[in-house]
Amino acid sequence: MTREWQLRVNDQKTWIRDQDAGFELNEPDAYALEEALRLKEKHGGEVVACCAGPARATQVIREALARGADRAIHVEADALATADASVIADALAAAIKDEAVDLVLTGLQSDDQGFGQVGVILAEKLGMPHATIIMEVQQGDGGLLRVKRELEGGWFQWVALPMPALLTIQSGINQLRYATLKGIMAAKKKEIRKVTPPAAAPAQRITSLYFPEKGKKTQMLAGSPAEAAKELVKRLREEARAL
Amino acid sequence: MILVIAEHRDGKLNRATLETIAAAQAASAQASGPVKAAVLGSGVDTVAAEVAAADLAEVIAVDDAALKDYTADGFVLALQALIDAEKPDRVFLPHTYQTRDFAPALAARLNRPLITDCVAVKDGAYVRPMFQGKLQADVAVEGAHLATFQIGAYRADAMKAGGAPAAVRKAAIAIDASRIRQRPEQPFKEAKQAVDLSQAERIVSVGRGIKAQEHLQLAQQLAQAMGAEIAASRPICDAGWLPMDRQIGSSGQTVAPRLYVALGISGAIQHLVGMKGARTIVAVNKDPEAPIFEIADYGIAGDLFEVVPAMIAELNK
Ligand SMILES: Cc1cc2nc3c(=O)[nH]c(=O)nc-3n(C[C@H](O)[C@H](O)[C@H](O)COP(=O)(O)OP(=O)(O)OC[C@H]3O[C@@H](n4cnc5c(N)ncnc54)[C@H](O)[C@@H]3O)c2cc1C
Repeated sequence: MTREWQLRVNDQKTWIRDQDAGFELNEPDAYALEEALRLKEKHGGEVVACCAGPARATQVIREALARGADRAIHVEADALATADASVIADALAAAIKDEAVDLVLTGLQSDDQGFGQVGVILAEKLGMPHATIIMEVQQGDGGLLRVKRELEGGWFQWVALPMPALLTIQSGINQLRYATLKGIMAAKKKEIRKVTPPAAAPAQRITSLYFPEKGKKTQMLAGSPAEAAKELVKRLREEARAL
Repeated sequence: MILVIAEHRDGKLNRATLETIAAAQAASAQASGPVKAAVLGSGVDTVAAEVAAADLAEVIAVDDAALKDYTADGFVLALQALIDAEKPDRVFLPHTYQTRDFAPALAARLNRPLITDCVAVKDGAYVRPMFQGKLQADVAVEGAHLATFQIGAYRADAMKAGGAPAAVRKAAIAIDASRIRQRPEQPFKEAKQAVDLSQAERIVSVGRGIKAQEHLQLAQQLAQAMGAEIAASRPICDAGWLPMDRQIGSSGQTVAPRLYVALGISGAIQHLVGMKGARTIVAVNKDPEAPIFEIADYGIAGDLFEVVPAMIAELNK
């Protein structure tokens, strides 16, 4: 979903009114795609973009192809738009398992559901080792992959693991590129393989979706910008003594 | 039974563990049933004893040389065996970076659902933020499951201590170290930070609402007028508009200034954990529903490009 869209909840209060939302590539996924493209530029190989989602996800897949992915797999089903992490990981695993993959990169969590689970579950389903919140990818000794994980509070850690492996990528690992006109034209000719996901039994269900209750303590300062600014500075000086 | 997985590093208990025990105690009061805790590692007696001060039915120590350094595979192997043996119907964990790393794999291996980032348990359902904290969802789940709890959702001091220390039991679990595929090196900090924002009296912090690097000077002018340091949310540092050591949040610096001014910052939890200790928080955001307004003392719902110049003018009067 695009960042600028003003969120609205559907009548059943179980999901957003996604028919009036615009959609775009998740930020962490954009960094994962970028890292894949950079690894290919360094080491060669092929970048396959794989996406589980309803028909509208085609637009995001085209964007990935325009940025430089070689081909794409679209695991398509309407139910995937609101599915839980395990169902999405199942859908992706079914599509990937017969590809000769060396490395699977995912964003560490999505901007919408924010499960932070899909990548790690997918690794488990594919029988691959994984590492999360990755800020750098290197070739290690003895054919191992060596990756830099971000830990809390400014700490990091290098971890080595055998390939094939799955990494969940953190934002800021690299600088994103944008699609060029040439890339957009080239993307039109690239293959998008459609796959139907396995039948899934969701284990989690949203029973209610709502705006969080506002804390009572916030004093909202109304009026024109000048009035609000004047009132704020006054309160910061006299009430909060923060200036 | 609820089993809480404790977290520690170098023998120091992560406080988030106490918050999760508080969550488990609250949840067990609703549904009844004992709460136990598990401590994993190598040489964990001291940490296990510390956890045992909580009001718990039992503390289970999984002590194995293969768990000395954290690895996802090691933790999944150990916890799978432990959960198979102890059969908790719910497993609670703090939503830390470490948990993010292994809990989904553990859940998949156990074939149990995992609900992440919970902020409350109400009548068996879990409350969790979605859409970057702008919305909240009640999530129902069937059968045995795992859940992680957001930092700060429950208070560590709300945790009930036991009248006497809980019994500590060593679990009879052997871990096949040859099945651990990750080889971790020692954690480290990047080159010393040039700015120590933890000592700053006042901070003006910018988020993605600033839109372009050249607009940073507007925030800088405000900072100057206030005698404040400049800081930012992650996307600003990711883009290279400000150096990493100006980033506030779970992966950046934790600050507690007298005044924190958040300009065009939505208020995602990973940002809030770094700054909610500020004494006075001001938020300027054009979205009146932005989560930052839930913790701000003073809020202006408006366009920062109109409000900030007015603030600068007012301060310079
Ligand atoms: C493991 C992990 C670690 C993370 N660590 C950190 C961390 O340490 N620090 C951190 O900050 N984030 C961190 N994040 C990212 C975090 O989840 C958010 O993505 C990030 O904080 C969002 O930054 P933002 O508020 O600047 O941007 P957005 O969420 O995009 O918000 C921009 C805001 O600006 C407002 N806006 C837009 N235009 C204007 C205008 N003209 N005037 C006023 N307001 C405007 C919008 O309404 C919106 O609320 C982490 C994420 C993960 C998963």
